[in-house]
Parts: sequence; structure tokens; C-alpha cells
Amino acid sequence: MAILSKEQAEAILKKALSFSKADECTVTLGGSEGGNIRYARNAVSTAGDSSQMSLGVTSAFGKRSGTATINEFDDASLQKVVRRAEELAQLAPENPEYMPILGPQNYLEPVGFKASTAAMNPDKRADDVAKSLKVAKDSKLEAAGYLENTTGFNAVMNSKGLFGYNRSTDVSFSVTMRTPEGTGSGYVSKSYNDAGKLDTLALTKIAATKAAGSVGAKAIEPGKYTVILEPLAASDMMGNMFGGFDARNADEGRSYMSKKGGGTRLGEKLFDDKVTIYSDPLHPDLPFSTFSFDGRPQQRTVWVDKGVVKKLSYTRYWAQQKNAEATPPPGRVVMEGGNSSLEDMIKGTDKGILVTRFWYIRLVDQQTLLLTGLTRDGTFYIENGKIQFPIKNFRFNESPVIMLNNVEELGRPERTENMIVPPMKIRDFTFTSLSDAV
Amino acid sequence: MSAMGVGAIAIPKSFLLGREIDPLRAAYEAMDVAQKKQLADAALNAARAKGATYADVRIGRYLNQFVSTRENKVQGVANTESFGAGVRVLANGCWGFAASDNVTKENIAKVAERAVAVAKANAKIQGEPVQLAPQRGFGEVSWKAPIEKNAFEVPVKEKVDMLLAANAIAMGAGANFVNSAIFAVNEQKYFASTDGSYIDQDIHRIYPTFNVTKIDQANGKFDTRRSLSTPMGMGYEYLSPSADEKVTGVVTRYKKRYDMLEDMKAAALDVAQKIKAKSVEPGKYDLILDPSHLWLTIHESVGHPTELDRVLGYEANYAGTSFLTLDKWQTKNFNFGSKLVNIVADKTQPGSLGAVGWDDEGVKCKQWDLIKDGKLVNYQAIRDQVHIIGEKESHGCCYSQSWADVQFQRMANVSLQPGKEKRSVQDLIKGVSKGIYIIGDGSFSIDQQRYNFQFGGQTFYEIKNGEIVGMLRDVAYQANTQEFWNSLVDIADKDDYRLGGAFNDGKGQPPQSNAVSHGSATSRFNGVNVINTARKI
Repeated sequence: MAILSKEQAEAILKKALSFSKADECTVTLGGSEGGNIRYARNAVSTAGDSSQMSLGVTSAFGKRSGTATINEFDDASLQKVVRRAEELAQLAPENPEYMPILGPQNYLEPVGFKASTAAMNPDKRADDVAKSLKVAKDSKLEAAGYLENTTGFNAVMNSKGLFGYNRSTDVSFSVTMRTPEGTGSGYVSKSYNDAGKLDTLALTKIAATKAAGSVGAKAIEPGKYTVILEPLAASDMMGNMFGGFDARNADEGRSYMSKKGGGTRLGEKLFDDKVTIYSDPLHPDLPFSTFSFDGRPQQRTVWVDKGVVKKLSYTRYWAQQKNAEATPPPGRVVMEGGNSSLEDMIKGTDKGILVTRFWYIRLVDQQTLLLTGLTRDGTFYIENGKIQFPIKNFRFNESPVIMLNNVEELGRPERTENMIVPPMKIRDFTFTSLSDAV
Repeated sequence: MSAMGVGAIAIPKSFLLGREIDPLRAAYEAMDVAQKKQLADAALNAARAKGATYADVRIGRYLNQFVSTRENKVQGVANTESFGAGVRVLANGCWGFAASDNVTKENIAKVAERAVAVAKANAKIQGEPVQLAPQRGFGEVSWKAPIEKNAFEVPVKEKVDMLLAANAIAMGAGANFVNSAIFAVNEQKYFASTDGSYIDQDIHRIYPTFNVTKIDQANGKFDTRRSLSTPMGMGYEYLSPSADEKVTGVVTRYKKRYDMLEDMKAAALDVAQKIKAKSVEPGKYDLILDPSHLWLTIHESVGHPTELDRVLGYEANYAGTSFLTLDKWQTKNFNFGSKLVNIVADKTQPGSLGAVGWDDEGVKCKQWDLIKDGKLVNYQAIRDQVHIIGEKESHGCCYSQSWADVQFQRMANVSLQPGKEKRSVQDLIKGVSKGIYIIGDGSFSIDQQRYNFQFGGQTFYEIKNGEIVGMLRDVAYQANTQEFWNSLVDIADKDDYRLGGAFNDGKGQPPQSNAVSHGSATSRFNGVNVINTARKI
């Protein structure tokens, strides 16, 4: 019952709104159902399923607003939650930044739901994991992995007649393969909205190849190197940079998007020519909700075009202050790339390091977006267009802003977890120390 | 893409699980214990009837409150309440788990049946059956955190007034921006198992925090200083300042009572000094680490690698494994650190985040040694793991973040014992010719086997010839865990012992949050590699 149709959701939201006595009222309804299975040491460790639905009410009297949520849906409960939100609103201090709610909006038709994913059950999950475990057994490696599928919906309605409904599915799979002695480790992680694309056997084989190939890693000196970042490694770095696209922080002078002397770097060329980043709720491989949390429509938005910052995201309040377009932050982002495969990129590299993924990335300096973290689960030395040998993991200290200025080549983009990014060849990537971790 | 600003304070994910409730009547529609027992028995009986060889049920009400402000504005007041039940079973030698927020006798029995079905589906691909350490039942028992003032009974207005008063102090002292918040948590947990335990517990946590930002617009620079508070397993009494609980020095730090207004003033002055401070010269330094900083290094480099599930590979696909492999422990002579390194795991320490009476699989909590005189002596293990280290009883450190998630091994409080000899912080600093004194935690990163780490901090003071000579910036230190703990040469005594802690330590898939404290006294580490983190973009 956690996944409601558009009509079912609309009926509950209408009913809840009918109890409102506030000046303005917004009602949201969201639910999800799905399951997961986790394994380690070549056996299942935990598994479970979940089903949740929740209704949220935001009521406002003038500039005072309050929010309450509930997970029961009979008339008495709906009435109770509306009253609670109204009581909270009357107790809250006036919020000078409160914005009147939006009227009806036109939303794109969402594309994120796939029946194949919604149909996954405990037996299907167990079968998929069994395929992965078979690879481990056949190759005499130890597997630890996680498979999770989720179906979700969200709907919004308000007292000015706005209504939106969105439904989506996702399946995520990751597996780490290790040699029994712990001397080699390989990893893959992929997500899809269509479970029909998930091939746990093929993905586990990639991890197994990396595990076997990373045995006998040699230590090389830390320093600045040309690196080829696989899409997962690239998205690990990129995932940390989008907070900076918030216009208010930039205007307030506390972001790498802030301009010396005041203002933002909107319109400036901040990255290499090859960098173009956009978001699109209708992207077939990376869809997201066609409206934002506060009911603003989501549409295709170019954030960076050929290295130039084209858009920053605004709250409705800040957009009004700055007389700017109130672009909501995107659900998910896509970075464009080229046509080269990872193999082509390795072939074209005289000297460099191939990075499978990064781990434990943390912000070191907000000013420059300097990040630290480590390579993990397969790091290799490239010379004369070939992988020569595995190398020990490095700690890096590098900023994605600097990294996206040092782009040599971008390959064919692919979806990792919640991003589509290309493999990247980057010069002068800064490794600062060696790690003994495998 | 997150709209969360650099200075903003994120709402912990665990806060978003529940439904919101009226803050003025935050409390408790607490369910009668007799009623919980009936529900629990319905679940346990249904699990047994379907063939479970063991079952436990957790019926929980989780209350959270989050009050956040910036400058002179209240940004949010959210109260959430989440109520439901989770049932874990062993069937055909395999674990199964299911949960629901519909807690009736009929439905909880169905949840138990679903858990058995999950266990049986997975048993088909299970290797070795689970070996569960025996645990005696405790009958009907209860435990309550020894709080003095329930944070959920303090009016929201009182909290808002304090935060706004604190913000005004920062702005008055020259800050450009300030964010502040109070988080409060109350877990009302009822546990029952087929071993014959019925355990009712009431747990409280509180975390007041702020972040002050200073901008130098002409130079395009900004910097921040976060509060020196720490999350505690306490009630609102943590926010009642007390002179006895203060540690004076280069800046005032706090034991079991926090003075937010005083710390806010100090932070505004600190950040003004920090933004103009000298950029550190990279190289080897002796580090004097304050407990407000050292807790996080202990957490990452001692707490995590001594978790047995990581050692065994259960976290290989996510949090990672551990360099403290079983062969090292088996030698009984593995040199983890210098002789001064004595580290205990503890689930009972009053005021700590990890303190409870029983863990989430019905094991009575205790304290035990992890590192003794520098040697690795034990791990942190739960019921389905202790047989691997030849023990018959769980250590009692199993935890789940809510009724909706399955319980698993989580970190106990892990603390460095203070020095036995009378030593003050000043005594420690006196002996340093080239060093850095670090206060507060900052950036943190460690590899997946816990060898190589890098830590920042909030404020950094240069020490020359036994004296503090000024503030530094752009400081981070990198080290290897074993080398670092072997470089520990001096620890202050128990008068300087304080707790720090993590409110939201993540582990597991799907990820779960755990709260844990780490105690220490100020400590000196010799010859640690310091890097300069300044860059130009």
C-alpha cells in the first residue's frame, strides 16, 4: 500500500487540505517500498524489506509557519496532523524569509518508474546475489556486497491549487572481491532505474579481475601524477562540489563560487573548456522528480557550459532578494564527455595512474574546496599505453575545482550511483602519502 | 546537489525518519510496559510457530527535536516521532529481519512471519549457519539514563532565546555569519527475546552546536570556528554552565556542563585571529592534542579497527576491514602503541553517548580492555561473533538506530585512559621545543584498513621552546596509526579527562547512525608529519 497511484495520492491530499483553516497550506505525501540483501565472507549477513509512507503538512498564518508529519491516513489522523501544523505555525516566530506558496504549475511527465524494478522480491534478490557468490566461489575470492531495490512516489498539493505526482524506481548493486590472504581487492558499484539492466554476474567478474590484478602492489613515491579516474572515482570527487552552486552562500562570500570583492562567479570561466554539466529530470538513465521539494518545476538545466558557470541555484527568497530566476537545485547531475573508452584512454597515456575509486573523502578547506581521501580497491601504474603493475594506495589532497581545470581528456560517460560522469584523464593530481591498506 | 551551505548545520539523516510532533507536547504517549510485553510475545510466538530457533523484537518510540537558527532568525523547529517494531529471527541457520510501523498484535505477528520468510529465502545461499552465543534471560527489567532535565520538556522558546542570544554575541564580536542549533534525542526502547528477557530502556542525548564565519571580502577569504561543545548522553542540564566543569587555558573548554554564550564569544575572537594567522610551515612537529580534538583520532584509529565485524570482513564492501587482524591479536604481543596507551571499551560510562543498561540483543553492558600497556588485547564483538575469538559471551555492543533497522555490531565508547602521574596541560607544553597545540576537531579521513589518516582541527597554536607564541592556520597532520600511537610520550592526568563524541557515526548497508563518546586527557605525540592545506583556485 506504500506506492499510491496518482489518483489515490490526490484523494488523500485533497482530504487533508479540506481540514485546513490556515492562510496557506501545503500537503506532501511520499512513500517507498523495497528490500535489500547484504552479504560478506561469501554468505548472507543481513537482509530485510521495508515499506513506509508519510504525509507532511505545512500551514502558515502570515509569515508564521509550522510543519507536522504523520504516518496514519484515516480521517481522524489527517485532521490531527493538520491541526498540529496549525498549532505549530501559531507558536512559531515570524520568519522574515517566508515566501507565499506557489499557484498551479506545469510539470513534465515523469519517466523514472520501471515495472521490472518494482517487481523485485526476496527470491529475485537472492538469485542475483547467488550469481555474484558463484563468481567468488569459482575464482576463490571472498565477496562482500549489497543489493537494494526501491520503488517510491512523492506528491504535493497546496491551497492555491498546485498538484504534482512523481513515481520512480532504483536498484543499486555493489560488491567488493578480496583475495583470501587480503592482498588484493576489487570493487564495482552501479545503480539503474531499470533492474533489467542489472547483471550481477558481469559486474562481479569486473571486481574479481581487479582483485586478482591488484595483488603484489608496489610502492611508488607520492607526488603530482597524471591520473585516469574511472567514472566511479570521478563521481566521488564531483559529488563534493555542487554545494558551491548555492547562490546565497556565493553571494555571502563563503563558497568557492564567491568573487573576490563581493558577488558570485556566475558567468565566469571557472573550469576547462571540456567541462559541461547539466541536469535533466527526463534523462532516461538518470531521471529524477519533475518538481522540487517546494513545488518548483524541474527541467533540463545547464549548470556549466564549456567551463563557464551558467547557473546557480536559488531559494525562492534569495531569488527575490537578488532579482534572479529561482532555479531549484537539481536532483541529479550529468557531466558530458567524449567517445573514448577507458581502454582507449589508457592506450593514449605515456605515464599515469589508473584509479578505480576513492574512499573517505572529506573537505579540508572550504575556501578552495580542497578535499582529502584515498584510492581504494584497485590502483594501477600505466606506462607506454599499458597497465604495468598494481600500486599501493595513496592519500590525495586535491580540489575538484583545480582538477576540472587540469582535464586532458574525457571518455564516454556512464551512470555510477547517482551521477553520470565520464572517465577523466587529469594532469598534476596531488598524492601526498602512501597507505598500507588493501 | 545539496543546497546546504558551507556554514549551515545539517539535519542528521536519522532525524528525518520520524513524523513530526507538537514541540510543546513533545512527549510521550508512552506505551504501558504490560502492553509492550503482550505485543512482544505475539511476535516471538509467531516467529517460533514458523520455525525460528531464535527471535527478538524491538518496539521503539524515537523522539527527536531539532531547533536551528542563523544570525537573528529561527530557521527551523522540527519535532519528529517514530514508533514501530522490528523483528529479527534465526531460521534455518540464517538471519531474517522485518519491521513495520503498524504495531498491533495481529500485524506484529505478520512481521515476525515475514522475517522468517526472509531468513528461509536467504538460507538457500547461506554458507555456514549463524552461531549465536548463549545469553541468559533477565526477565522483566528496566534502565533509565540518569538525566536531570528532560530536553523535550524544556520549552522551545527557551532554546530559541538561548541560541539567538548566543548568535547576537558572535555578531557583536565581529562575526559575519553564525549558525547555531540544538539537537535532542530520546530513545524509548523495549526489547524482548526468546531467551526470556523483557527490557525497557529510556535513553537521552543532546548536542548544542554552532559555527561562526568571518569574511575578509577584500581578500576574498573566509574562515570558520565551530563550537567546542560535544554531544553527550545527557539531558538539558548539559546547557547549565558550571565553573567546576570548565577547563581554562588558551581557550575555555568544557567537561559535563557547557557554556554556549561564553564559547560563542571565544569563537568570534578566535576566528578573527585565525583568518589572519600565519600559514603553517610543513614538517615534523610535536603535537599537543586537546580531548576536544583527540576524541576523533581515537574514534577513527582505535575505535573502528578494533570492531570485530570489520576485522572479519563483514564491512569489506562499505566501511572497510581492519589492519588489526586476528593473527596480530593471537600473538598477545602486538605492539599497537607506546606503554602509555591504555584504551578501554565501555557501554556504561555515565553521561556518555554509548551508555545503556543492555544492548540491542539483550546483553548486559560492561567495560573491557582493548589496548593494555600498548598491546592489542581484545576487540568489540557481539553474539554471533564472539565464538571466533574463543569467548562465550558477547561484549554487549549491538545497536540499531531505530525499530526499522536491523541491529548489528556498533562501536562502544572507546577511551584513552588518563596519565597516572600528576601532569597538567602546561606541564606537557613546557617540554615541547617545536610543536602545535590543536583544539577542536576538523577535517578527518582514514583508509579502509585504518593505517593512514589525516586530521585537521578548529584552532592551532604554535609552540616554541615550551611557550605558545601565536595562532597558525592551514594545518593538517598525516600519520600511520601504529607509528602515531607509538609516538605518544606524555598524557595529562584525570583532572583534564573529558569526553568528545560522534552524534552520527555511519556504518552498514543500508547505512545506520550510532552515537558514541571517546574520553581522553590532553596528550603529546612526538614528531608527527604536518602538511600545509592552503591552495589557490
